[in-house]
Amino acid sequence: MSQADLSIHGQVSRTGATEIMTAPTFSVSAKKMAMWLFIIADSATFAGCLVAYGFTRNATPNWPRPFHSITNVAVMTFILLTSSLTMLIGVRSAQKGDKAGAFRWTLITAAFGILFAVLHIREWMGMIGEGATLFHNPWGTPLFSSLFFSITGLHLLHVTGGVVALIAVALKYQGGRYGADDLEVTGLYWHFVDLVWMFVVPLVYLLNLAH
Amino acid sequence: MTTAEAHKDSGIGKDLVVYVFLLVLAAIQFVIAYQNITADQMFERMLIVAIVEAGVALLFFMHLNENRGLRWFVVISTVAVLLFLQYGWTDAHRLANGVPWAK
Repeated sequence: MSQADLSIHGQVSRTGATEIMTAPTFSVSAKKMAMWLFIIADSATFAGCLVAYGFTRNATPNWPRPFHSITNVAVMTFILLTSSLTMLIGVRSAQKGDKAGAFRWTLITAAFGILFAVLHIREWMGMIGEGATLFHNPWGTPLFSSLFFSITGLHLLHVTGGVVALIAVALKYQGGRYGADDLEVTGLYWHFVDLVWMFVVPLVYLLNLAH
Repeated sequence: MTTAEAHKDSGIGKDLVVYVFLLVLAAIQFVIAYQNITADQMFERMLIVAIVEAGVALLFFMHLNENRGLRWFVVISTVAVLLFLQYGWTDAHRLANGVPWAK
């Protein structure tokens, strides 16, 4: 492996032995590997929350089913899935050297994230208006509200963080300080946020739909 | 061919197909929610669809299909953690149904 090859991954060494030892794990750059390790750790966090929710739901008789409409959550799901597609287009544009396109599509992704957050908060305000809080639930056991706001709140926190990261990385990419690989790493995080939502929707919303 | 080159060559067409497929899977979850089945059956079906959705997103949106080593690393680490988390279910059943052997 030449020094030029290694410098692509931000690791320059002088001796052959060191070159072998510093070869990127799974041929993935250090920053992408760091994001994958974060994603694995974060999936454990969400899995812990969802398993705790399942544990509590299973152990609580007469679990409430307060949701009467799926329209809002369906629109939110559509927005988040579409934002993953716009993120992909942004990354591909960056890899092709289309700087303006990459910047535009990344900001469109951030805009979808903001729209998702607004719809989520609107839904929360509706539920709070009906008397649901972290410690009180007008439809039955308070555990429902505690878990609902905790799990969806944790996801909303990830979306908010993702939007901030997308805007920051897009601006630095536009300014020439970040490259296509930085957009790709941020995109990995954004896809992960989308992936988590695929589990939150059926377990927290659809299983609690009033029939 | 590097990963970046592979991304460029595969184009947006494949991304669109995967996107539509994920929308269809999401729609299936909503259809399942209106089926006249038990909560257990609903949970099983929705979870299977969610796992397929996650797999497709990991493989094609997050490009794990292009790196076998990383794919196994991610899958083994995540599945191991998910399996370890399941130890609490027996206690959930005990809380819900009591302890049959103590009666």
